[in-house]
Amino acid sequence: MIETISDIVRFPLPVGEDFFIKRHRFEAGDKNKKRICIVTGIHGDELEGQFVCYEVARKIKKAAGKLSGIVDIYPAMNPFGIDSITRGIPAFDLDMNRIFPGNTDGDMNEYLASEIIKELTGADLVLDIHASNIFLTEVPQIRINEVSANELVPLAQKSNMDLVWIHGNSTVLESTMAYSLNSRGTKTLVVEMGVGMRITKEYGEQLTSGIFSLMSELEIWQGDVDNIKSPIIAHDSDGTDVCFLNASCTGVYIKEKEYGALVQKGDLVGRIISPLSGDVLEDVRAPEDGLLFTVREYPIVDEGSLMGRILRKKVLLENKK
Amino acid sequence: MKKSEIYSFKGLYRDDFKVTGYEFGEGNKTVCIVGSLRGNEYQQIYVCSRLIEKLKEIEEAGMIKKGKSIMVIPCANPYSVNIKKRFWSIDNTDINRMFPGYDLGETTQRIADGIFKVVKEYKYGIQFASFYMPGHFIPQVRMMKTGNENVDLARKFGLPYIVLHKPRPFDTTTLNYNWQIWDTEAFSIYTSSTEKIDKKSANLGVNAVLNFLEREGVIEYKSVPFFPSKVVESDKFITIRSSNAGFLDSIAKVGAEVHKGQIIAYITDPYTAQVLQTVKADHDGVIAFAYDSPLAYKNTALFKIIP
Repeated sequence: MIETISDIVRFPLPVGEDFFIKRHRFEAGDKNKKRICIVTGIHGDELEGQFVCYEVARKIKKAAGKLSGIVDIYPAMNPFGIDSITRGIPAFDLDMNRIFPGNTDGDMNEYLASEIIKELTGADLVLDIHASNIFLTEVPQIRINEVSANELVPLAQKSNMDLVWIHGNSTVLESTMAYSLNSRGTKTLVVEMGVGMRITKEYGEQLTSGIFSLMSELEIWQGDVDNIKSPIIAHDSDGTDVCFLNASCTGVYIKEKEYGALVQKGDLVGRIISPLSGDVLEDVRAPEDGLLFTVREYPIVDEGSLMGRILRKKVLLENKK
Repeated sequence: MKKSEIYSFKGLYRDDFKVTGYEFGEGNKTVCIVGSLRGNEYQQIYVCSRLIEKLKEIEEAGMIKKGKSIMVIPCANPYSVNIKKRFWSIDNTDINRMFPGYDLGETTQRIADGIFKVVKEYKYGIQFASFYMPGHFIPQVRMMKTGNENVDLARKFGLPYIVLHKPRPFDTTTLNYNWQIWDTEAFSIYTSSTEKIDKKSANLGVNAVLNFLEREGVIEYKSVPFFPSKVVESDKFITIRSSNAGFLDSIAKVGAEVHKGQIIAYITDPYTAQVLQTVKADHDGVIAFAYDSPLAYKNTALFKIIP
């Protein structure tokens, strides 16, 4: 096995520093070997993927003889963001996942985006690991744009995630990395799991098992693979599978149910309270039976803030058939 | 002048969030003008304040035509302005990426919805807009090429340039784009600055709106400086980029005519002052945009030239 750590892009910054993005490559096998890319850190405040990168690298090193392909690990696509606890690209106030496919002749960020696309295009599979944001915890899930569902769902089923959410297309999503790669024929799965600024170790371990399962599927990994769970699949192109719980007023949110809970209509999911008056401003109740798969972690809510998402019971029943 | 609340919600430990509109004249909803959607758009608020001052005089003099009403919303995001933050205070989302909005959605989607429900009723929509990069613009009317743009109408502002801009995916959630899609004739006006108040270009912006109102028969008003507009497509702009990172020492100003080969800036080494790049105009033309920050990254668009 050949192991290398190299820069996929490097250039000087204005004052005494170079900018670079690092790739850790593990390579073994013959000429026609397949390649899987583990990408994370496009949003600098999402750190769940950090542990996954470590775990994948650690496990490959431990059983190097089982590798028969290329595994590329990119732990920090937005190093400025990770360094400064910033979701977007600091200094530019840009969401990096809204500038793809980029432009080789464009500014620094457009150039970076184009180099990333160049680097990843042609891989047999790309996993883009996100961690929700600092406000919400998500159960481990794959999100798939309906336009790529046929190619991606069979792979997503082998990723050891709890949920596969196939959502409708929107023009804005066309500027994401996953859309750019999928539209170029490079299969890319978007993982959402956990919460921003934190690492949920059990989720990291769950996804790591999923990655080795996918590597085995692609014949990149000859070693043992853990038992893989079957995800719930929500074909939600028409937006009818999920209930959104939005705050009716501004206040402090106290959660009463944890993520992954099965709830019934009328169950108390949380409360919005006023610390100033000592009153409950809103009892947040489940509008329907289902699975609470998104839960608010950050307590301050404005009117409209998302407090949770419930996957409707009909989807759970469809998946049992 | 009637002051009204366009959208509001209660704050937790802050005063209520309020978007305020100023209405002039009565009757058909004819022209709506929107200033800042972001917390750093001070110039955009300032231009609206000067416009409100002028429209108040015009209304008091009985010079708004019967059956026409004008709305000015100087600021759609006072919460962010007051804490000097460009985007939304809690989640850093951009109201100008949330149109047409959603009344049951997240906070900035609701704000966008609350504003859009009011502004989409107007025949003409004018937004004082800003660019995401720090810099100065040549005053211009900008329109998205959605197929609904009307260039002849844009000439009625009497600004030197009309810029046509092909929408990118993220533009589809802006106010301007949605105005056009919902059948309002929409225009963005760029005066020269964002975070600094530039009175001269603010005055140009105010005059541009008054020109438009006068030529569209909304107000009676004596003519103010009026330029024949040159129509340019934004992808025809010549961009001059830094080939090195360092300090920017800019020589040419926005609006200046430059010639091919003319030196317009230097990039220097921040530690040794050594010149790393002599930036030259590679075409004859007028500088439409000049970057304004001492720090230049590699590949930064330092100037945009209209050939």
